[in-house]
Amino acid sequence: MPNVKPGIVLAENRPASRDQVLAVENLSVAFDGVDVLRGLSFTVDRGSSVAIIGPNGSGKTVLLRAIIGALPHEGVVRWAEGTRIGYVPQKLDLERDVPIAAADLLAARARLAHASPAAVGRALARTGLGREVLPLHIGALSGGQFQRLLMAAALLGEPSVLLLDELTAGVDQPGQERLNSALERLRREDGATLLLISHDLSVVFRYATHVLCLTREHRCFGVPREALTAELLAEAYGEPIAFFRHDESRR
Amino acid sequence: MTNLGASGVVVSLSMALAAGLLGSFVLMRRMTLAADALSHVALPGIGVAILLRVNPLLGAAAALLAGAVLIWTVENRTRLRTETVIGVVFSVALAIGALLTTGEQLIDALFGAPSELSLWETIAAFAAAGLVITFVRVAKDRLVLAIVSSDIALTSGIDVRRLNLLYLITLSLTVAIGLRYLGVLLMGSLLIVPPAAARVLARNLNEMLSISAAVAMLSTLSGSWLAARSGRETGPIIVIVAASIFFVATLVGSRLRAARRAMRR
Repeated sequence: MPNVKPGIVLAENRPASRDQVLAVENLSVAFDGVDVLRGLSFTVDRGSSVAIIGPNGSGKTVLLRAIIGALPHEGVVRWAEGTRIGYVPQKLDLERDVPIAAADLLAARARLAHASPAAVGRALARTGLGREVLPLHIGALSGGQFQRLLMAAALLGEPSVLLLDELTAGVDQPGQERLNSALERLRREDGATLLLISHDLSVVFRYATHVLCLTREHRCFGVPREALTAELLAEAYGEPIAFFRHDESRR
Repeated sequence: MTNLGASGVVVSLSMALAAGLLGSFVLMRRMTLAADALSHVALPGIGVAILLRVNPLLGAAAALLAGAVLIWTVENRTRLRTETVIGVVFSVALAIGALLTTGEQLIDALFGAPSELSLWETIAAFAAAGLVITFVRVAKDRLVLAIVSSDIALTSGIDVRRLNLLYLITLSLTVAIGLRYLGVLLMGSLLIVPPAAARVLARNLNEMLSISAAVAMLSTLSGSWLAARSGRETGPIIVIVAASIFFVATLVGSRLRAARRAMRR
């Protein structure tokens, strides 16, 4: 049976309590009868940063889309009451000349999230995106600029949870540093909870408080230093993985 | 001024305004050909209405609304794209409509036959146009987010399925109002050509909506006038005027973009 994963309970599952923002119980997603996720359970503590890692096709994006209700699924997904989600999807397929300016997108999101014009300025500053991009069509932005714009849009409305699907893909190195630092500040200072998909294991070790590893055969959930062994990573990606592990004391 | 009468002119302008505004979103959602196909769904409704001796526009509106709900339902129950579902529904509708409607009635249904509107037709058309314009105004932000990403829309608290249903219903209403002027075959043009002209010129969403609405209204007004003056069919002339504006816009647009680039440097 292709792509079938055993149903492993990764954490004790219970309804989202005051300390938990999300509880996922026995989550299964299948496309055309083929399981992509099966029997996945985990909980996310408020203010934590959960990195979702795994090889291509392991169901990372499917997981994020299932927990926001964008995909039909089995199992239970419980969000804490009052959760406000900011979401940055994986690279979008937009026509280059779609006549929506960056300012239009931010204004639309700001109005729906009841955010003030000042909040738009703050969100832009946090992502390092200059105001000169505001009049440009969103399809004309570079990949990195567009990712920052989506991040700025996600920040409007003071989200309590940020779901980020390869946020820094296409962003230059200084931009990546800036976005990662901004996320860390949001988590530490504003108490935001982060669920992020990343292929950059250095970033995972540096910023994530927990890691959820989706592999073909095994799953792991825990503190990155303990959960991510070299053996598991080699098994997950099919070959030995070299990565830089930051000193935990710096966090 | 035209053979439509004063109320007919105002109704046709309301229809054009609704088509120009909603058509902008049709274009941005990459549904231009699907919108054109959707207008064909009116044909069996017109056929049934003629058989039952009720107003053909009533039959057209009923068929379009039923088509919109059917398209939305099939779309939600399968993983097919909207335009694919519309393609299937419109083909069946056209086949049934062609069987039910014959002769001159078919020609009128296909190409439109503007005439003096009855009081209830005027009221219904105004109400429908008002609903469409209100929908665009109220749902503009939701539609923008849904165009960029349905997942971002979902996490922004938008019921994307409900939004899609309302969008298809307003699209049906827009087509229903315009059938009298442009007919089943040409109504889709007013949802496509003015937004296409606007897209060439617009720098942002508000410009897109304004230019598209202006082009649709200008085409409808001048097309109706030209048709009355020349004694030709109204629908084709409206479309030709709109297409002429589109071609001029493409010529002006490239120069405009070059000038804007030069100013930014």
